[in-house]
Amino acid sequence: MKTASSLRQSSRSETLTGWLFAAPALIGFVLLTVVPMIVSLVLSLTDYSVFKQEVNFLGLGNYLTMFSSKDVYFKDALKATAYYTLLNVPASLLVALLLALALNTNIKGRGIFRSIFYLPSIVPSVASCVVWLWLLNQQYGLLTTVAKNLGFGTPGWLWDKNTVIPTIVMMGLWNTGNTMVIFLAGLQGIPRVYYEAVDVDGGNAWHKLIYVVLPMLTPTIFFNAMTAIIGSFQVFTEGYILTKGGPGNSSLFYVYYLFRQAFEKANMGYACALAWFLMLVILFITMIVLKTQKKWVYYGGD
Amino acid sequence: MKKKHLVGKILLYLFLICFAFIAILPFLWMVRSSFMTLKQIFVMPPEWIPDPWTFSNYKDVATKTSIFSYFGNSIYLVFMNIVGVLLTGSMAAYAFSRVRWRGRDKIFALLLTSMMLPSAVTLIPVYIGWSKLGLVDTYAPLIIPAFLGGCAYNIFLLRQFFLTIPRELDEAALVDGASRFRIYWNIDLPLAASAMIVVGLLDFMSTWNDFLPQMLYINTMDRYTVAVGLQNLLGKYSSKWNIVLTASVIVSLPCVIVFLFGQKHIIGGIAMTGIKG
Repeated sequence: MKTASSLRQSSRSETLTGWLFAAPALIGFVLLTVVPMIVSLVLSLTDYSVFKQEVNFLGLGNYLTMFSSKDVYFKDALKATAYYTLLNVPASLLVALLLALALNTNIKGRGIFRSIFYLPSIVPSVASCVVWLWLLNQQYGLLTTVAKNLGFGTPGWLWDKNTVIPTIVMMGLWNTGNTMVIFLAGLQGIPRVYYEAVDVDGGNAWHKLIYVVLPMLTPTIFFNAMTAIIGSFQVFTEGYILTKGGPGNSSLFYVYYLFRQAFEKANMGYACALAWFLMLVILFITMIVLKTQKKWVYYGGD
Repeated sequence: MKKKHLVGKILLYLFLICFAFIAILPFLWMVRSSFMTLKQIFVMPPEWIPDPWTFSNYKDVATKTSIFSYFGNSIYLVFMNIVGVLLTGSMAAYAFSRVRWRGRDKIFALLLTSMMLPSAVTLIPVYIGWSKLGLVDTYAPLIIPAFLGGCAYNIFLLRQFFLTIPRELDEAALVDGASRFRIYWNIDLPLAASAMIVVGLLDFMSTWNDFLPQMLYINTMDRYTVAVGLQNLLGKYSSKWNIVLTASVIVSLPCVIVFLFGQKHIIGGIAMTGIKG
């Protein structure tokens, strides 16, 4: 009897302990995520701004404005971001996977190569923007010089509306370190026996890649693809520092546009509506990718 | 068969060396340009090695710009963030792994989904909140979140580690009459030292680099962080590439040093996010 009551007491004190230990994080979650989300939704129905006094309730007005001709930039922002995501996700995944495959071999100096491939990812983003502006400089940039010498003329890079997004995607390829490391961890989790089985059957490296590596790596590919999609939709710094959205709004990334609406034009209610729309888009795409998961992601076991 | 193997290996090395060169090129180019005068930088075709080496850029950046005082600000910010995240993040991780309480796993799952949310959704209301509290243009909006658990990702990493420590340790200490806090502080936290290092290093990098919030909340020049200060410098010295690039080298240096010393921990920590992510 005694043990039962002391047990109940201990489980109650366990619950208290749990809540106490988690308290700072839970308070943070409520104050910095849950409440702001609700507030954001409410504000998205108004023309609120922290810089002015009166607030009007607009209903779904902000959302309708987004799709009407009143907002000429919304479509540009959506287009730039979608184009960036569409290019960036496959390109960054492919480069990261290629590097990880090359590193997942039996070679000398693996650690050094891994460090070198990872190094660009740790350069602060503002600093790397500075370097790229210099490398791509229309008159003196190293890459411009190389392109000229190879007979490509002078590429417009960030200053031509046709090349600006591909250029930003290209710059991003230097920052695939995290994705590469996660791929590498996935590759190292593939049991040796599978490779040996291909050897026994007389297969070569190509067969190993197609029949062992890629299928076994699908959970990692899935994870990296999700991370890349969610990250790409929120690209900001490059647009803000490198191009200011130009030329001609061709790199007006969604979050940058939202930022402008909120903090430069003081349309905070409208910016909240933009934010909620972005979240719905990301949610929708995430759901679609999750739905396709069953078809191509292999989780082992059965 | 053997010959084919050798050819493959040589091709692989060529591929790796080629990519290593491409990967490190922007970095090298930045460092190289920081040792050149403006005149040398503009020489066409570009020279790879500075001739002669010029060190005046570093002196100019130190004396004519405020980058080094921004350095102090960033270091303060990074320090406070690491303290906050290590303390409250590890407490939460402890609660979510070693204490049994009702609703625990559901709440943890909820916390993890918050990582998927675009930060743009909470950006504006959180800004309004800080602004109503009169704390815009102070470091509070950049530090207090770290003392409220920080990023859920840190809690996830630390929790993964706590799960690997045998429960029996806690139970034995409980029987001996140790309080929960003592067990956390004297037993589990020291055992999780390596995970704490990983989280500390990752937090260093992310705080040093976190541009948008710093740019949003800090408006007064003498409170600038290195990220904001460098961006400002880019506008001010737009044609003096040698100065801007030298400042970029200086701003990147702490990250490079931290990475070189802690790369095992950093890479291990990132690899863990992919597993069971």
